[in-house]
Amino acid sequence: MTWLTQPVTETQITRRGRLWLYVLAIAVLIFLVVPTLIVIPMSFSGSQYLEFPPRDWSLRWYRSYFASPAWMQATATSLKAGVLTALVATPLGTMAAYGLLLSRFRHARLLTTLLLAPMVVPIILIGIGVFYAYVKLHLVNTLTGLVLAHTMLALPVVMMVVGAALRSFDLNQEMVARSLGATRLQAFLQVTLPQIQFTVVTAAVLAFLTSFDEIIVSLFVSGGENSTLTRNMFNALRDQVDPTIAAISTLIIVVTSLLLVFTQFVGKREKQGG
Amino acid sequence: MSAVPVSVPLPNDRALRRDALHERLGLIGLVMPAFGLVLVTMLLPVGWLFYLSVLSDSGSFSLEHYRRMWEQPSYARTFITTFQVSLITTALCVLLGYPLAYFLSELPKRVANLCMIAVLLPLWTSLLVRTYAWLVLLQRRGLINTWGMQLGWWDEPLPLVHNLTGTVIGTLHVMLPFLVLPVYAAMRAIDRDCIKAAANLGASPTRAFWLVFVPLSLPGLSSGVLIVFILCLGFYVTPAVLGGGKVIMVSSRIANDIELFFNWGAASALGVVLLVLTGALILGASRLAKVDAFGSREAP
Repeated sequence: MTWLTQPVTETQITRRGRLWLYVLAIAVLIFLVVPTLIVIPMSFSGSQYLEFPPRDWSLRWYRSYFASPAWMQATATSLKAGVLTALVATPLGTMAAYGLLLSRFRHARLLTTLLLAPMVVPIILIGIGVFYAYVKLHLVNTLTGLVLAHTMLALPVVMMVVGAALRSFDLNQEMVARSLGATRLQAFLQVTLPQIQFTVVTAAVLAFLTSFDEIIVSLFVSGGENSTLTRNMFNALRDQVDPTIAAISTLIIVVTSLLLVFTQFVGKREKQGG
Repeated sequence: MSAVPVSVPLPNDRALRRDALHERLGLIGLVMPAFGLVLVTMLLPVGWLFYLSVLSDSGSFSLEHYRRMWEQPSYARTFITTFQVSLITTALCVLLGYPLAYFLSELPKRVANLCMIAVLLPLWTSLLVRTYAWLVLLQRRGLINTWGMQLGWWDEPLPLVHNLTGTVIGTLHVMLPFLVLPVYAAMRAIDRDCIKAAANLGASPTRAFWLVFVPLSLPGLSSGVLIVFILCLGFYVTPAVLGGGKVIMVSSRIANDIELFFNWGAASALGVVLLVLTGALILGASRLAKVDAFGSREAP
């Protein structure tokens, strides 16, 4: 057991002396990971009760999900809202990040703070505020309203991701292009954008996820046939524990992980390319 | 050069200036669509809620919604619950997160990065999925109770969910990564030679840890604590599900006021209090951080 008695720190504490730290840290890591992962095997359970490990395996909860018109409609709404949010928030956020970085506008800082405010203001306040505004604007339970609200929430994410890329980008290249006769737009589209395109794609994916994962604003302003997946899940969780949710959760975990792995992959390519 | 009179503009001076103005307006114009959207969907509505919070039911100016908050014991209970959950969760985050961050910061970078996946995984998974998982684990016939009774640790199912315990466990699981990440970053940045120097000067391992390592990690810890506490104060989803209607935090109360009672004034007033509280914490913390930086510069 020399391994245990070897000193591991600058202050000569042995491994035996900090065994408690290893045990605690590993317990915390398990606490962080296991609850999420336990949902996956349970979604393949064949019984009405949630048990682990499941006694018999089946796909019945997946079947019940795909056979339910309500869940299917909610999934379609969430996917539509997510894609549309990405399509609106990415250009708006990129334009804003670009404009704020380049204009030595006196109130640029204030403007940045206001645009990033959706990240700091308690989300419940945003939720009821949007609800109140939408009652007046007749946008409650519409896809348009949902997309606009989600775009507002996704803008800070896009601005931060794209802004960071623009700051590390040498904008003199645009100056060169413009001195050779390109307009600002041409310079951006043909010189800058190709070099930050992967970051922009990452920002779009994150905007999609912001919308897809969003719960509270959806709870207030989506409903009827435009009810989102998260809204239906939240309401189902408040009533009873329906194993269909385990199946949906597993699908969400798979989709989200794939998207995030994709952004990591894309990020690596950009770093290698640049 | 000094012979050129200052008052005479260069021939194309005005054109240049107009060009610069155009360019500037164009750039600001790029920001405007985003700003317009945030203005309409957030700034104006939240401002409107401020206005609603100081209107009485008859439509005249009054502070009755705030006064009621002060006078009715049910509001006091809501605030006490909110602070209780937030404080317990933040304390547990520090107790569990700080050692974990320390453990990770001592590991070789590659192993640490691998372990970081475990810290980031909850952040990547949907909040509802995680809340659902805890519901499954903690309920009366849930996994923890089943296993605990099978192993003979306890005979009756423990009440683990739809109460404060469940709320704190679920909230802790959501908040822990927000504490570990800044603390870990701060610890990685600490120059380990400082610890060696302390040991060399005769400090025991415990003394070196508390007098050198902990103070150096404090900036990361304080920002982690601040983030966690602020997020807890306004947290809605997990307490609403795992509290089962028995743990009413400020956010739940706001939602109930709107969904059940359509009481916009009361909900707005609570929202304003929550926003002011959050803002005050952020401002106070940034003040403290400034004083801290200043103080350490003055120290020899």
